[in-house]
Amino acid sequence: MKRPPTYGMLAEFDSPTALVAAAHRTHEAGYQKIDAYSPFPVEGLAEAIGFHKNNVPLVVLIGGLIGGLSGYAMQYWISAVSYPLNVGGKPYHSWPAFIVVTFEMTILFAGLSAVFGMLALNGLPMPYHPVFNAPRFAFATKDRFFLIVFSSDPKYDGVRTRQFLESLTPKSISEVPS
Amino acid sequence: MDERSEQAGGKQAPVIEPGYTFGSVTDKISAIVLTRPTSTSWFVGFGVFFLITMMMLYAIGYLFVRGIGIWGVNIPVGWGFAIVNFVWWIGIGHAGTLISAILLLLRQSWRNSINRFAEAMTLFAVASAGIFPLIHVGRPWLAYWMFPYPSTMGIWPQFRSPLVWDVFAVSTYFTISLVFWFIGLIPDLATLRDRSENRWARIIYGMLAMGWRGSARHWFRYETAYLLLAGLATPLVLSVHTVVSFDFATGIVPGWHTTIFPPYFVAGAIYSGFAMVLMLSIPIRKIYGLEDFITERHLDNSAKVMLATGLIVAYGYVIEAFMGWYSGNRYDAFTLWNRLHGPYAFFYYMLLACNIVIPQVLWIRKLRTKPLVLFVVAGVILVGMWLERFIIVVVSLQRDFLNSSWGMFYPTRWDWMTYIGTIGMFLAAMFLFVRILPMISIFEMRTLLPEAEVKE
Repeated sequence: MKRPPTYGMLAEFDSPTALVAAAHRTHEAGYQKIDAYSPFPVEGLAEAIGFHKNNVPLVVLIGGLIGGLSGYAMQYWISAVSYPLNVGGKPYHSWPAFIVVTFEMTILFAGLSAVFGMLALNGLPMPYHPVFNAPRFAFATKDRFFLIVFSSDPKYDGVRTRQFLESLTPKSISEVPS
Repeated sequence: MDERSEQAGGKQAPVIEPGYTFGSVTDKISAIVLTRPTSTSWFVGFGVFFLITMMMLYAIGYLFVRGIGIWGVNIPVGWGFAIVNFVWWIGIGHAGTLISAILLLLRQSWRNSINRFAEAMTLFAVASAGIFPLIHVGRPWLAYWMFPYPSTMGIWPQFRSPLVWDVFAVSTYFTISLVFWFIGLIPDLATLRDRSENRWARIIYGMLAMGWRGSARHWFRYETAYLLLAGLATPLVLSVHTVVSFDFATGIVPGWHTTIFPPYFVAGAIYSGFAMVLMLSIPIRKIYGLEDFITERHLDNSAKVMLATGLIVAYGYVIEAFMGWYSGNRYDAFTLWNRLHGPYAFFYYMLLACNIVIPQVLWIRKLRTKPLVLFVVAGVILVGMWLERFIIVVVSLQRDFLNSSWGMFYPTRWDWMTYIGTIGMFLAAMFLFVRILPMISIFEMRTLLPEAEVKE
């Protein structure tokens, strides 16, 4: 598939307040495929670009359930089925003694699901990304705030999108080559 | 009241001195790693602790050749320095998780400047702790038998044993601490990737940052994951020292068989952990000029946490002594008598002085902000907490039910070399950490600045 020559139009702002306001206006102007970049988590920014819900909690819940159930099942199978061992007359299925490992396995699986689930949903690791080619984008991890309109957006138009972004009074605008 | 307006009220020292911007915070912290020349004293310090680490490896190598007999352990004292040190190190690790997880859930934003190196401290402390049970098992090359895996022998671990619970608790704790620390680092690694002038540093930090670009969608999921991890790590950290205390409390040895152990162990863990945080942060803030980020407020708050947990520990001692008398059990009563008058009585009085008496100076507000005083008190507490574990492990085992089986424990030079060696390994790892990774979370410091607030 032939890629479009530009990846998107990137506007630079110098404060989180300006970025959130600009993101709101861009989203309200009907642009759907937009994203924002900031050096720290900015409150309300995800909502401003129209991203309201993420699936990390669901992944963690599933991971935790798998961990806890498999932890308990493993202990039951080992202690009561595969290798029943009479220790001081305790029942083979001595469930109170199995709670600790069940708990630890729940935490382990849920925690690893949180980390790997977050990375996977974010599409990381991704060593190369077109936005890194933008000249001032290195400041996105320091003190600058960026808003991008992707060229895949149906409303995207090289001239009119630039005019729209200029109306948001950014510090700079650049076209990101793909 | 939120943190920023509280600062404006000027009641307490701020968590970050005024006048910083997003850029200057970034530059100041990343410069320690990227541009500041490595000083001779860093090489000397790292070199010394590296040699001490080598001494530990020598002691462990000799142990593998000759066996556990080179240590002072014997019958009746089968758990000597190895278990004392294990419990001590695991406890120290707890403060890191407390700071990064529990204080995050409690929205204590002062944690942001100390959580990164407290988490690193947790990792290195748990790594130091993990060495001891491994080398104490007698045949360490078979240590993997502790994990449930299908083997041709057809046998499995015994899940009714607290020692197996401990394997799961400590390995889960290490894993979760590691990933928690690492995902906290990702945005800062991206900052270092973008700031670095050196090509290799850019490549290495870039690989570790995994292409982080600070997208709003990414931050949204990131914050959710981080919060959930904090929520998971909170019960985890409380469970770990609880399970460690089960190793003792489920036994019938007088002095071990008590229900106060779980809360008292957890409080003691946080007590010693904060002492280690202070012992590390006081020299670090001085040497790297970070007094603006690790302010008097942090010292004061850490001292208050130590004071509170120290009182819980003191309550544990009182209950132990009370139950020794109130239970009417002659063996419990004798354990108390043996602590007060037995051959190791000196260490029990030292323990009371270090953990209960001396830390009471922290009630004085002026002393809580004097770095030197805090440094000394923290050192005293670390010694005291080590003595506590010595009293619990050695003095309880030394004289149990039958006086025909009484004995004494004398540590050998190998015991000391291994113990001091782990301190060297821990500090050598800290030296490497402050040199190659940002020791303060840069992106979380940015959120503390007044400009970070989105105005409507």
